[in-house]
Amino acid sequence: MTDELQRRLAGAAPRSALDLETLRAGLARRAADEGVLDVALGTLDSPLGTLTVIVTPRGLARLSYPGEGIDDQLHEVVERISPRILAAPERTDAVRRQIDDYFAGRRRTFDVPIDWRLVRGFAGEVLRATARIPFGAVSSYREVAAEAGSPNAYRAAGNALGSNPIPIVVPCHRVLHAGGGLGGYTGGLDRKRYLLGLEGVLER
Amino acid sequence: MPRHAGVQPGVHLPPFASLVEAHAHELHRFLVGLVGPADAEDCLQETFMSALRAYPRLRHADHLRAWLYTIAQRKATDTVRRRVRRPTRDLEGIEPPAPVAPEPDDGLWHAVRALPSKQRVAVVHRFALDLAYAEIGDRMGISEEAARQNVSAGLRRLRREVGPHDR
Repeated sequence: MTDELQRRLAGAAPRSALDLETLRAGLARRAADEGVLDVALGTLDSPLGTLTVIVTPRGLARLSYPGEGIDDQLHEVVERISPRILAAPERTDAVRRQIDDYFAGRRRTFDVPIDWRLVRGFAGEVLRATARIPFGAVSSYREVAAEAGSPNAYRAAGNALGSNPIPIVVPCHRVLHAGGGLGGYTGGLDRKRYLLGLEGVLER
Repeated sequence: MPRHAGVQPGVHLPPFASLVEAHAHELHRFLVGLVGPADAEDCLQETFMSALRAYPRLRHADHLRAWLYTIAQRKATDTVRRRVRRPTRDLEGIEPPAPVAPEPDDGLWHAVRALPSKQRVAVVHRFALDLAYAEIGDRMGISEEAARQNVSAGLRRLRREVGPHDR
């Protein structure tokens, strides 16, 4: 039962396009100014695919390869850090620039603060030990376990590296099997080979 | 603030960015209906800012959409109030900014914006967003029947004010 007035209302319903990008940018800026931007999201095109960069006021919390299940990862960020997550690429610029430079061969060490809140317990020790392995060098699962304080916990070390939330910057690709095998990698072995090639450990 | 959790225990909130993605366009249309195109974007930003501030304190993740529409409604009311107080010309003689984007059938939608709050919101949901009554009720936190009644009451009033042949 639609009458004239209802037709006119629907027909003349005010329309105006929303520019979502402008809205996002405005929200990110204001949220940062007010201190309520707890987690900033950005993306970065790299030779290993489009990476998602997750930054908090404390530092880099996560770096994700494509296909790693970003929804699950964000869920974890909600639980462990905050649900105040906004797309705010400009907040991730420092990290993105350094990663760009690394892939371009202009940078060998990363100089960004890390937010370790997505890592707990022994895994944190293992990843901190891993972060100390220099560019172009490699270590073994047993060695990082020892560095982390438990030489026999190399399986646990392997698990910790397998769930490293910050690949590339925390260079878990530099950890190999003691016998010389590549071991595993979150982003797949092709990516591990690429990174080791970039650093001159493997033939490219 | 809890030290080890980003949210209240047992609450599963989506990342705020997904709320923006999912609801920005429709909320914007809703606000264009309530306050007109010139103020809708500001109002939308205010809505999301308020929501973002309160977000980690939510005690459950149900009805997030209804929650956003309630905030948007409140922001629209603030905007309209502010507009009433806004002088048409200040003491220096500076003209206020000209309204942008004149709408078709301006008079009719102006009359919508002058309806009492619940009728206004229900009419905007019905005719700017083309929602069914059950959905309108959901978003307003009232029953389907109450939503229908608010729309009818709004339409009756509009008929009185703009008349059947008013163009």
